[in-house]
Amino acid sequence: MAKKLAALDVNKCIGCMECMFACSRRVGRGGFDKSAVRVRSAGGIERGFVIVACRACENPPCAKVCPTGALRERKGGGVILNEDKCIGCGFCAQACIMGAIFWDSERNKPIVCKYCGECANYCVHNAIGMVEVKAEA
Amino acid sequence: MLTKAKDMNRVLYIDLTKKDNKIEDREDLFDEYLGGSGVAIKLLEEECPKGVDPLSVSNPIIFAVGPLTALYPSASKTVAMFKSPLTGNLGESHTGGRSAMAIKLAGYGAIVIKGSSDIPVYLAIHGDEVKFKDASSIWGIEAVAVGRILREVEPGAGVRTIIRIGRAGEKQVRYACAVCETYRHFGRLGLGAVMGSKKLKAVVISADKSIEIPKEKRKEYKEVYDEIQDVVVETDAMEKYHDLGTAGKIYDMNKLGGMAYKNLESASAPEEIAREFSGENIAQKYLSRRVSCAHCPVGCIHLASLRELYEPGYYFKTSTIPYDNETIYALGFMLGMKSAEDYLRLIDVVDRIGMDAISTGVTLAWATEAYERGIITKEHTDGLEFHWGDVQVYSEVIEKIVAMPNEFYQNLAKGVEHVSSVYGGQDYALAFGGNEMPEYHTGIACYLNNLTGARHSHLDSAGYDLDQKLIGKEFTLEEVVRALLKEEEWRQILSSLVVCFFARKVYSAERIIKALDAIGIENWTEGKLEDLGRVIHRAKMDFKFREGFDLAKLRIPKRIFEVPTPHGLLKEEDVRKAIEIYGEMIGRDI
Repeated sequence: MAKKLAALDVNKCIGCMECMFACSRRVGRGGFDKSAVRVRSAGGIERGFVIVACRACENPPCAKVCPTGALRERKGGGVILNEDKCIGCGFCAQACIMGAIFWDSERNKPIVCKYCGECANYCVHNAIGMVEVKAEA
Repeated sequence: MLTKAKDMNRVLYIDLTKKDNKIEDREDLFDEYLGGSGVAIKLLEEECPKGVDPLSVSNPIIFAVGPLTALYPSASKTVAMFKSPLTGNLGESHTGGRSAMAIKLAGYGAIVIKGSSDIPVYLAIHGDEVKFKDASSIWGIEAVAVGRILREVEPGAGVRTIIRIGRAGEKQVRYACAVCETYRHFGRLGLGAVMGSKKLKAVVISADKSIEIPKEKRKEYKEVYDEIQDVVVETDAMEKYHDLGTAGKIYDMNKLGGMAYKNLESASAPEEIAREFSGENIAQKYLSRRVSCAHCPVGCIHLASLRELYEPGYYFKTSTIPYDNETIYALGFMLGMKSAEDYLRLIDVVDRIGMDAISTGVTLAWATEAYERGIITKEHTDGLEFHWGDVQVYSEVIEKIVAMPNEFYQNLAKGVEHVSSVYGGQDYALAFGGNEMPEYHTGIACYLNNLTGARHSHLDSAGYDLDQKLIGKEFTLEEVVRALLKEEEWRQILSSLVVCFFARKVYSAERIIKALDAIGIENWTEGKLEDLGRVIHRAKMDFKFREGFDLAKLRIPKRIFEVPTPHGLLKEEDVRKAIEIYGEMIGRDI
């Protein structure tokens, strides 16, 4: 069954950013410029945090606007990026009103969640986790 | 933007006088001294001329991070170094928040701020871009609101730090702090006053880089990372610091009789006060959120939510207020507060105005006792009556410390060492080496820590911890001094890497060596680390001695010998003897 990342309980998020670091660590980087998940305060830490991650939409708007077919729908929800086809137009990022498509400015390509769950492995407080796509549909 | 670990050896030099900046590669410093405290003391030696007025144009501010920053869990602190306007010698203060991650991933190992601006400015550092921006419109604004304003006008949401001062810093109150991410502080020793003297209202730094782990090291890096992460999560740190936070030890410390109460009138508050201020009680009534520094899973920062009626007719306000062990001591116990609510209200006042909570509490505690004893009268206080636990008056006093309407408040703004030298009452002026004392009255080790520690901070050598371990045991003064010195030397390594002291048990020498090796910093051994700890400690002490610090002239307030500790009454001759032993051990015979 296809899985996706989900914000299980944003109230448990302490803003440690370990998910962001984990995502970029997958490609051998310390930092988060390759991260497909972001956490920021909801306008001041007292208001808590916002977790921005791909929801693996059914019928995803990002794929709909891709002019080259680089983004195609994944079975069960979400998208898969074929980087070879991507021309870096940025339409996908604009189409995602969640802001969950980030930008790799070095390569001029979108950063799209691969639903691997590496970030969730480091979320000690269970604010995010992997869920089966169907379970939520 | 991709960069290599060694490119993080860059130092950004900013000149506020000329509104200019340059970047230099200081591999020489980072190779030898790692980062953090080690590199900062070397930069301070280079940049701070002997004998300068700490509030003059010549005093530099140095921020430094380390090789583990942004690469390992709980390596989350930034070291600030400067000449302290409070003690007149070494100023060193640490903070977390997002500061360390932001500095490192903006591409710097350290930032040196020199000179002084003619107009109020704030610095906007976004990666390699450094801008001086007019801060005239935010001058005079409280620290919390400044953060709110700069959040809107500067980029980098979520990946930046905003370090700023309140009105206390602008007015150069000697114990003004710099506030970071609203709830974190470069609290001690007056960084806020130094920023104020430079007309530097804030520094915004945002990350735009990441560090490449060499291909051949990636597997090793991940393994070491995971080992450290597991240990961080599984040690008692999580339970100790996450659940109730540092406030969790308040009740037990009071019960032990090691908690200074009402300017150390006693070392234990009445049971109902201890229960009121216990971590359990505050958490149950007020805890609203736990947050963490960037790249630390612990989440030790505890925020309280306080709902208050402020005007009749159902006008309520809800404030979010950070609380922890040290502020409960300084603004709660020391001031004889009766309710946690009053204590929270006072923290809010202190944080907004931007003063160090410990120094503020200890200074107000001295003033209250001095008023009770008649040394200080209403003529001095501009009509205010000082009484224990009077949050309303204390709030007004704090306003007056910043407004400085008369000579008394000008003196109060210089700390308890100074104000007691003017009006008397030094026997109960609880400062050590010029810095207001931290919580503990646990035995001789905590006071040796306060007296001989390079920062006169309880975190220098954790004397309070040693005292508790020594209860019921026989020990010699030499053993105590040696243990404290060893601890302080080792902590120089932690604060050079820079890892949080709360994760000190995680970062053993063995793990540090592995962690460095996995990011391509090789050839460190336990012996080399220990040697370096000693070298950094001595360099810091040398700076202190250069600026006039004198072990023989350390003032010890009589009060600490009048109140029993868990080890019984302390004797001045023992403390003096121990200071002598300390002097011999570091090659500075008295």
